[in-house]
Amino acid sequence: MVDYRIDRRSGVATYLQIVQQTKQALRLGLLEPGDKLPTAREVVQATAINPNTVLKAYRELEREGLVEARRGLGTFVRKSLGTAPADSPLRAELHAWADRAHAAGLERDDVAALFTAVLDQRFPHDHVQHDEQHNKGDKA
Amino acid sequence: MTDTAIEAAGLGKTFGRRRKRALHECAFRLPAGSVCALIGPNGAGKSTLLALAAGLLRPTEGTVTVLGTTPAAARERVAYVAQDKPLHRQLTIADTLRMGRDLNPGRWDAAVAERLVTDGGLDPAAKVRTLSGGQRTRVALALALGKRPELLLLDEPMADLDPLARHELMGALMADAAEHGTTVVMSSHVIAELEGSCDHLLLVGGGRVRLAGPVDDLLAAHALVTGPDGDLAPHTVVESRVTGRQLTALVRPAGPIGAGLRSGEPSLEELVLAHLRSPDAPALTLTDERREAAA
Repeated sequence: MVDYRIDRRSGVATYLQIVQQTKQALRLGLLEPGDKLPTAREVVQATAINPNTVLKAYRELEREGLVEARRGLGTFVRKSLGTAPADSPLRAELHAWADRAHAAGLERDDVAALFTAVLDQRFPHDHVQHDEQHNKGDKA
Repeated sequence: MTDTAIEAAGLGKTFGRRRKRALHECAFRLPAGSVCALIGPNGAGKSTLLALAAGLLRPTEGTVTVLGTTPAAARERVAYVAQDKPLHRQLTIADTLRMGRDLNPGRWDAAVAERLVTDGGLDPAAKVRTLSGGQRTRVALALALGKRPELLLLDEPMADLDPLARHELMGALMADAAEHGTTVVMSSHVIAELEGSCDHLLLVGGGRVRLAGPVDDLLAAHALVTGPDGDLAPHTVVESRVTGRQLTALVRPAGPIGAGLRSGEPSLEELVLAHLRSPDAPALTLTDERREAAA
């Protein structure tokens, strides 16, 4: 079971926080195919957020094919999210890049800003396609 | 069954011989199943509006329709908790809940009411007069939720509560809304208290409706603009300030925001404060076009 923590000050829409935390749980293996997500009632009881927000998050997860709603039973995980293994070549390259950034005198915030800028450019928000292609690539 | 919880048309209320106007020409529609924040400064008319919807006051102009009928006819399906949480001081909590059961035959949900009381660690044998303000709020909410209302009207429900009890009772309210599709209207002058819990906003000020509609749509209809001082036409300006050469404004965009200006979606607090600081800004009422199936 996953426990959602809502940060009202984060500036990230509440439903997106639920989407992201669910995906994080999928990546970390805390949620596996067949697992049931908490009901909207359970989530709002614990977080005091609006029920429609939870439903919106679950609809988004469903649209991305990660979960499915079974009538009268609840919402269940359909597939897990592949993660890049810790020793993947991508990680090694990123490591080398971070070393070069450090050598070039960039500070942590500079690196984060640069990375986020490129990330946003290459993986725009609200683009499910990217995510799905990414998953397929991982499995192949 | 109707898909509208509250509909007001030209609604107004004046009090006393001096004809002091508490509300004037209020028009809005609240869809069933929504959780609505009724926000406004002190004396804006929030309590009057709730009392009109509860059928405790009679409008002096216009109409208010509740659950498809008159407030009086809907009273059985409506629960109203007044700001001062009126309860019988000499009764015990158990007596109070028994009274709720007797007054609401066929509707009363004892389990819901009792759970709310026991979750707060309250002794059912305790007399109401021995309770703190927060504990009294809890009993009043238990009485209201036990009625299994279709519409729950709460006047400043969270004012007496410590942060923990506030979070927990708000959670209980949201759970009830999730399970039964209860429409909830909560008044407050603290925006942060209701942000996140409410999907609809009704902002009143000076006895009028300033903003009404789904929160997301209202936020999307506004932009917080910063940039060099200049003309903001053709946008509707709610509030604008100039500091040095820097312009900061909350506008309702009519087309793309001009070049050279940075624009972003305001927070709920920014939206509300801008409207309260500018009493002459035009009102905006948006209707809920998405028909969301309540699960």
